[in-house]
Amino acid sequence: MTTAVESPRATVLSVNNIKKRIKNKEIIKGISFEVYAGEIFGFLGPNGSGKTTTIRMLVDLIRPTEGTIQICGFDVHAQHDQAMRHVGCIVENPELYAYLTGWENLEHFASMLPDVDEQRIAEVVEIVAMDARIHDKVRTYSLGMRQRLGIAQALLGRPSLLILDEPTNGLDPQGIKEMREFIQRLAADGLSLFVSSHLLSEIQQMCDRVAIISHGEVIQVGSVDELVAQGGQVVWSLAPADQAEKLLAASRWVTALERIDDSHIAADGAYLQAQMNQEHVPQVTKDLIDAGIRLYAVEIKNPTLEDLFLSLTEGERIG
Amino acid sequence: MGSMYALVRNECIKMIKKKRFYVILLILLALIPMFTYAQLRVAQQAQKQFGTTDWKTDQRQKIADWEKRLSSARTPDEWKQQLRVRIQIANYYLDKGVDPSSPNAVTFTREFVKNAVGLFIPLIIMVISADIVSSEHSTGTIKLLLTRPVRRWKILLSKLITVVFFTSLTVLSTGALCYLISGVVFGYNGWTMPVFTGIQLAGSDVDFSLVRAVDQWFFLLMELGLVWFSAIVVALMSLMLSVLIRSTAAGMGVMLAVLISGTILSNMVSSWETAKYLFMVNLDLTNYLTGGVPPIQGMDLTFSLSVLSLWAIAALIVSFTVFTRKDILN
Repeated sequence: MTTAVESPRATVLSVNNIKKRIKNKEIIKGISFEVYAGEIFGFLGPNGSGKTTTIRMLVDLIRPTEGTIQICGFDVHAQHDQAMRHVGCIVENPELYAYLTGWENLEHFASMLPDVDEQRIAEVVEIVAMDARIHDKVRTYSLGMRQRLGIAQALLGRPSLLILDEPTNGLDPQGIKEMREFIQRLAADGLSLFVSSHLLSEIQQMCDRVAIISHGEVIQVGSVDELVAQGGQVVWSLAPADQAEKLLAASRWVTALERIDDSHIAADGAYLQAQMNQEHVPQVTKDLIDAGIRLYAVEIKNPTLEDLFLSLTEGERIG
Repeated sequence: MGSMYALVRNECIKMIKKKRFYVILLILLALIPMFTYAQLRVAQQAQKQFGTTDWKTDQRQKIADWEKRLSSARTPDEWKQQLRVRIQIANYYLDKGVDPSSPNAVTFTREFVKNAVGLFIPLIIMVISADIVSSEHSTGTIKLLLTRPVRRWKILLSKLITVVFFTSLTVLSTGALCYLISGVVFGYNGWTMPVFTGIQLAGSDVDFSLVRAVDQWFFLLMELGLVWFSAIVVALMSLMLSVLIRSTAAGMGVMLAVLISGTILSNMVSSWETAKYLFMVNLDLTNYLTGGVPPIQGMDLTFSLSVLSLWAIAALIVSFTVFTRKDILN
């Protein structure tokens, strides 16, 4: 609860130092973060880093060995019913009963929630724009439609928090775009979203804040823009390469320097690529020019997840 | 318990939409006419063989056959004991002038149910109950069920109630379909025909002191009650396996192996006495009503009912403990 001071907004999900041990192997090694009302919170990590295990703990499918999880102030295990009333979720794939129609599936789950009537079912069907096919068997649905029906199901109980595990997994580019817009629309209506992904670009396009998880530990929580700025890559096209490389290597802001010689720039030219915080790029570039280096171009590249990991863990590779 | 009603209704809808119960009805509709026809052929054959429709001649002939087998040195001792019992009972019926197997729909139903309780009914019960939990695992829908504002024990209880309901319905439909289908051939009468029950075994002797004649409808009711009981025990065991084993096929395989081993054991374990505490050799409850020889010495109706009850309670405890605690990992 200490970080709640940073934000004036209410805390919807609070995860406090959770650990999970399965067969004497610590899979989750003490994760803490908070999700505030109305934000899209990204949960980023490579496959196998403990994302899904964590999500399962958030919704009481797995009980943590240690630590507590609260949704809207209710402990997810001790106060299961109250906590679950405030959350909708899709864990991994949107799995529904294939032998029932979309509508029957929604009726099935609606009857397990307090005060969800037929009118609310019709409402969520409209929200996800499924009206046309809702009375067909789920067996006949495409993945995108199942995904949308899954979200309709998650929205039934008017939750305060929506947990989506890899919502764009397996969708085509058009579907991914629609899903992203849909998620942003939900957040604009005041819903908090917790979205997991293994793709930084996706998190970058949707989320306000992000937690990065690796090997069962959160290695960073912060605003997405800050993180991206911090792990950014800079590429200078310049000559002469030898002198510039020496100069950059000596700079305290520059890490992971790489040199690719290219005589197309100049006879002694090269691309020099480095990892550094964006705010220091002008200073470093000025130093290059002051030293008499001929600069042809400076380019800032958005980091990939791997780059971010490199900058955050200082060289420790993924997996 | 308004929410429990909604949960049970959900489970019933799924059971019906999965077409499980429908399959069971189809199995019954296909098999009962077959058994009816077989029974008809047996009756015709007997008539041809003895050249008479008089059941008394038929019965005397049977007794003579059994006696011949009894005197053979090659018949094992256990069989001899069974044969002696059978002969005494057959003679008792003969003395009282009651045909124990006069062909009518009620008698057919009685006989069918009696023969079905050991394997046939447990198998079809398994079809409805073995995947009630494990199918939620294999489709992944367990994750949705358990993330509702409903406690896990309530989810399992709703499944349990549904299984008990459909088990009862299956036993009832077996009886009803048997009567309706066989009646076409054998006629729909026989409700008030007397049947002797209360025949007690004391070693190889038969004690007729407690024997009462009851109307056949009452006997059938008792029989169905016992069949229902052993069917419920099978359903609870399947439910437990469904909770423990995530794969429906594996769960069904285990249950199938256990049930079949029960019928095999019943035929060979008379000297291994502790086997009587296994639930699968105790399923044949209706056997006790007509003085059948139990598979193992020392078993009687009270004993079997107690053993089955204990297994059922244990299965329930295991199911609820595991289901409410386990981590959903897949």
